[in-house]
Amino acid sequence: MKARSQLKEPTSVKALLIAAALGYVVVMLLLPLGVVLAEAMKKGLSAWFRAVSDPDARSAIRLTLTVAAIAVPLNTVFGVAAAWLISKYDFRGKPMLITLIELPFSVSPVVSGLVFVLLFGAQGWFGAFIEDHDLQIIFALPGLVLATVFVTFPFVARQLIPLMIVQGRTSEEASLTLGASGWQTFWHVTLPNIRFALLYGVLLSNARAMGEFGAVSVVSGHIRGETNTMPLHIEVLYNEYNFVAAFSVASLLTLLALVTLGLKSALEWRHRDEIAARL
Amino acid sequence: MSIRIEHVAKSFSTYPALDNVSIEIENREFVALLGPSGSGKTTLLRVIAGLEEPETGRLWFGHKDVTRTKPASRGIGFVFQHYALFGHMTVADNIAFGLNVMPRSTRPSKDSIRSHVGELLDLVQLPGLEKRFPSELSGGQRQRVALARALARKPKILLLDEPFGALDAKVRRELRSALRAIHDDLGLTSILVTHDHEEAFTIADRVAVLNRGRIEQFDAPKEVELRPATEFVRAFLD
Repeated sequence: MKARSQLKEPTSVKALLIAAALGYVVVMLLLPLGVVLAEAMKKGLSAWFRAVSDPDARSAIRLTLTVAAIAVPLNTVFGVAAAWLISKYDFRGKPMLITLIELPFSVSPVVSGLVFVLLFGAQGWFGAFIEDHDLQIIFALPGLVLATVFVTFPFVARQLIPLMIVQGRTSEEASLTLGASGWQTFWHVTLPNIRFALLYGVLLSNARAMGEFGAVSVVSGHIRGETNTMPLHIEVLYNEYNFVAAFSVASLLTLLALVTLGLKSALEWRHRDEIAARL
Repeated sequence: MSIRIEHVAKSFSTYPALDNVSIEIENREFVALLGPSGSGKTTLLRVIAGLEEPETGRLWFGHKDVTRTKPASRGIGFVFQHYALFGHMTVADNIAFGLNVMPRSTRPSKDSIRSHVGELLDLVQLPGLEKRFPSELSGGQRQRVALARALARKPKILLLDEPFGALDAKVRRELRSALRAIHDDLGLTSILVTHDHEEAFTIADRVAVLNRGRIEQFDAPKEVELRPATEFVRAFLD
């Protein structure tokens, strides 16, 4: 009897496909990661430590964490609200709103940054008003936060909208007929239903917020120790031929990304039964 | 509690889902809304529940005008076709949900909630399943839990939207008689939406046959069967 199924590839083809996939992963993902770490450690652990504890580097780390700490919660609240609106209500212009939410994905980050310079810069639309009131938006923390919020705008909403559309409104309606208020319904019914997607959205949004370069670069003004985030600081160091320091800070940024990824996988692993039960 | 609906209309985009519907349901009556899909029977049920707002018309529960009352304050229990149980909660938490969301001043104590949940599980013949999750139950069991949950706040009115639609014939018959017994025991006023005339005729005191957003006939099952009021009713029952 012939046991070979129609779907089974010849061994040679299988080996070739696996080799191609592995090769691609190694060249495109593992190699660059390895280079970052190798370059960072080139002059030993103490050089790495000196580079990341340099005052300018520390200020960049602090700034990056501050920007993320403001931008991510803002976009989490907005993303949940937008997804709620889109999935639970019917109104005119819904496709338009979805397109608008995704706009930051298709706009070049440089343009995203430039928009805020044109709005709030000295020559910008609101420039005079801002100067009169002694405010600082561009080349300061508010500008960095604005640019980051704009760029990371879609992440949470994009994770939630398809899921919440599939889940429909029945759970919420059940909750309402059982006497719960809108807020209780959101807290006890909607939020538990979307928590994993919400978490992924937050993690992705956080990774992008910390790693964003283009938009932030335009509004930052590159004041060392003041308005340079980690990615900007890395570029400055690199342009100064300070490769070990540049890669040291880069390795730290990479580490943040890996931690994010690790968190996501750990959560998926811990709640695998529940996730499987939902599908 | 008696229910009176006066000249209710509701349309979705262009087609009318309810076209000037009036109906009076007596206290403790069991009424079935029967019709093909798109006839407006589910919309009528959802208007009574407050899940849809009618464009015109009024709605009375007893002597109270509830046209603008929120679903949460109408004192109804609603059972959905696909159960709509909360997947992240145990059976006990699902049933207790309506009690747990009450304001602290009127909410029963934890102990009395627990014993009430036990009684409700006995009522729907699922004793001892408090700790299970909905995903561990069969379809029939899930719908029994959903029924218990809808009854937790002792509603006077029970609304059921094709509650047996997703179940096989045997479970369907069992649940049907269980539901009718509970309706009689608790003195409820119940409205059940179905497209199955056999189901409507066996469970209900009176049957309203709907077509294109209008009630074609509202009568006892025998009457509808023996004397269909319109050509549509005759054809639908064949």
